[in-house]
This record gives sequence, structure tokens and C-alpha cells, in this order.
Amino acid sequence: MADSVAIEVRRYRPEEKSEPYWQRYEVPVREEWMILDALNYIKDNLDGSLSYRWACRMGVCGSCGMMVGGEPILTCASYLADHLPGPIRIEPLRGFPVVRDLVNNLDDFMDKLTAVKPWIVREQEQPLSEGEYLQTPEELDAYKQYSMCINCMLCYAACPIYELEPAFIGPAAIALAQRYNFDSRDQGAEERMDHLSRDEGIWACTFVGECSVVCPKDVDPAGAIQRYKVKAMTQWYKSMLLPWGERKR
Amino acid sequence: MKGRSIEPFFWSLFSSGGMLAALVLPALALALWVAIPLGWLQAPGHQHLVALIGHPVTRLCLFGLIALASFHWGHRFRFTLYDGLQLKHLFGLIATLCYGGATILTAVAAYVLWTF
Amino acid sequence: MNPEYRLYHPKWHRRKVPIFWWLRKWSYMKFILRELTSLAVVYAAVLLLLQVVAVSRGEEAYANFLAFLERPRVLAANILIILGLLFHAVTWFNLAPQALVLRLLGRRIPDRVVLLAHYLGWLAVSALIFGGLARL
Repeated sequence: MADSVAIEVRRYRPEEKSEPYWQRYEVPVREEWMILDALNYIKDNLDGSLSYRWACRMGVCGSCGMMVGGEPILTCASYLADHLPGPIRIEPLRGFPVVRDLVNNLDDFMDKLTAVKPWIVREQEQPLSEGEYLQTPEELDAYKQYSMCINCMLCYAACPIYELEPAFIGPAAIALAQRYNFDSRDQGAEERMDHLSRDEGIWACTFVGECSVVCPKDVDPAGAIQRYKVKAMTQWYKSMLLPWGERKR
Repeated sequence: MKGRSIEPFFWSLFSSGGMLAALVLPALALALWVAIPLGWLQAPGHQHLVALIGHPVTRLCLFGLIALASFHWGHRFRFTLYDGLQLKHLFGLIATLCYGGATILTAVAAYVLWTF
Repeated sequence: MNPEYRLYHPKWHRRKVPIFWWLRKWSYMKFILRELTSLAVVYAAVLLLLQVVAVSRGEEAYANFLAFLERPRVLAANILIILGLLFHAVTWFNLAPQALVLRLLGRRIPDRVVLLAHYLGWLAVSALIFGGLARL
């Protein structure tokens, strides 16, 4: 294995330059290092001004997503040695505005996420005396896959549609809407459908499928969106053929 | 329901057309436009074809195939222009051309098959 | 220092998307090619319709149409179109399990089974078409 590798970081420091630029660092290669360890090495030993986000180092917090060699990945979950011989190019996630260096602004995603109501919606809460909402293993299985999402936004960075049309609600938010739609305790599917069956919702998706390829948790947002389309289509035909039953819950 | 788009309707045509095209067209095209011209398959006689297409079920199937394949194209090509060439600002024009073209093709198919 | 920068006024950088963004990655390229197969589909629909018109116009028009199909350039174009149709069919069936999630006895039918069913259906329909036309 090589002793060291060149890492090229796409830097953006608005107080110094209006445009981003590439900066090259030489870092040692250690077998057990992740890409994130190399960035930490740069920050600690070479250049303290480098800005990036990270927290858990174990692939669950979803904050260290970056473009490495043009692909969105969790930098804490990808071995440095797997990217040899280099130079390894590291950029901020695509599709989001860059605040500084590798740090993106996440407001747009956060707004879209809350707009799909990713929580259990009830028309009326069951009284406490009736106990908890019970669920069978099959009912859990119906949505479990979609509940694995860690909001790392790699799917947004992989999605060309989101980059082209920032109004698109996007893969993770739609997959999380499905996570609650398929939950037997939830009653909010109708409200979510009103929000999602719009041109900027599920219908902007053209099933490129890259979101599901890059997802580190195998959520399959692309599949979630297509299933939503099928559902919206059947509801549309029902409401056309049976106008009196339009708001049937 | 208010504010929801008409997209589900076009998508249903797109997806049924896509499924039908995937199942039927490769074999049909290979047989009619390669195997027969190259002589691997004997060209069906004119009388046989007239009898075949003359049957209402055949005509209905052909109409469904041509109409749905047209709308499959209309819908998919519309998004190809939107995204592939970044022409979303021309959405009115593009939608008119794509769905309009598909509608015309469907109408011509209906006329041809009705008067066959 | 950047003279355009004002302290405490964050200035975000937004990347422009190049017109031919799909050249960036092979997977995007494949996506655009997949979408362009719709042109092959509509071509096939039009040619099929023309063939029906030729049949309806009588024996001579039909013979002319068959001769037209035998021209080398037309044949080459049609072979290209068939490649497009095949690409459409394969990509369509391969993506089907993601959109078509069926449950049986509370369990999701595995993707492999859904995929296999599609390919078997394709095989059956194709055999039917070839068999039917060979019999005419």
C-alpha cells in the first residue's frame, strides 16, 4: 500500500474568494482509516481552516455525506485505502448551496421533510385506557425498510432532477412520507397525498434510480416514489369514476 | 383533491403503454421488419392479413397498442426535453407538442382501423 | 480578502448544472438512453400503422411496402430501432420490481420472483407473436 495519498478538496471561502477552488493535501495512508479520518488528519495537522460536518463516525448520524470521486458517500463509512491511488477529490454534496468548504446549507431539505408530516398522524388519539397501539410483525415489516433513513441526503446529491429543479420534494422526504403511510397506526395518508401528488412532488421524478443506488441504508427511495405514483393513479381513477366517494377515508 | 395534478392520468397511459410496448413490440418488430424482409420468416399473404386485421378483436388490439405506445412516447419524451435539455420553462409548448402529437397519432390510428 | 464579501452576510455558492449534465456519469447516460427509447416506441407505432394502411390499400400497396422494408437502409434503421425497443423492454422489466410491490400472506413477494414473472411473460408473448405470424 502507498505511504501517502493526495487529497484534493473543493474549498469555498467566501470571505477570500467568490468562487470555489481546489486545494491539495498529502495525507498518510493507514489501513484502518476512513475518508473522514483523512479529513480529520488535515484539520488537525495540516490546515485548521478546513470546514466540514461529522459526528458519529459510525454511519448513523448522516452528517458526513460528501462527494468523493464524484459519488455521494458517507465519508465515515468508506475506507481511504479503497480510493487509492488518488488523487482523491472531495466536494460538498451536489444540489445544495455551499456555505463554506464542504458544508452545505440544509434548510431546503429540512423544510421539505417537515412538510410531508413524518410522524404518526391520528384523527383522534386512542384513550390511554385502551393501551398502546399494537402492531403485528407483518405490519412492522410493511414500513420498516423506509424507517431506516438517516437523513444523510446522499439521495438528493445523486438525484439529477433535484439539482435541475430545486422545488422537487426529493427522494428521502417522499420515502419518509411512505414510511408513515404504510404504518398501520397512521391515518395521515390522505393529507400527505394532497401535498405529494403535485408536479413538484412524486410527478417530477423520472425514476433515474440513482437515489436507491447510493442510499447507505437500502431504503430504496426510488421504489417508494414509484409505489406512490401507483397509489396516486388508482386514487385518481377512483375519484374520477366515483366522484361521490372522493373523500372516502 | 383540489390542486392535485392531472399527471396521474398521463402517467397511467405512460406506464400501461410502456408495459405493452416492452411485452409486444420487440418481437413484433423483429418478426415484421427484420425476419420477414430477410426471408427468415415467410411474409404472410395479403388475403391472410386482410382477414386477420379485419377481425374486430385484432383492430381493437392494434388500436390499443398504437394509442398507448404514442402516449408512452408523449409523456416520456416530454420529461426527456424538460430534464435532458433543461427546457422546463417551455413546459406549455412541450406538453402541447408531445401530448398533441400522441393525440393526433391516436386519432389517425382510430380512423385507419375503423375504416379498414 | 474578497472585496465583494460583507461581514456577517453569508454568501452561499450555488453550482450551475451544465446543459449536458448526463455526460457526467455513465449511470446518467444510461438513464438518458433509456428515456430516448420512447422514440423507438413511437417509430414502431407509426410503422405498424403504415403497414396496416398498406394492407388496406390492396395487394400492390402491400407488396410495395414489403419491398420498402427490404431496402438496406430501411432494414438497418429498423435493426437500430429494435435495439432501442430491446433496451426499453429490458430496462422496463428490470425496474418493475421496485414499483410493483406485492404482498402475499403478509410477506413481500421477492423481487426475483416479480422479475422472473415479467421475463416469462415477455417470452410467452414473443413466442405467441412469432408462432402466430409463422402460421399465417
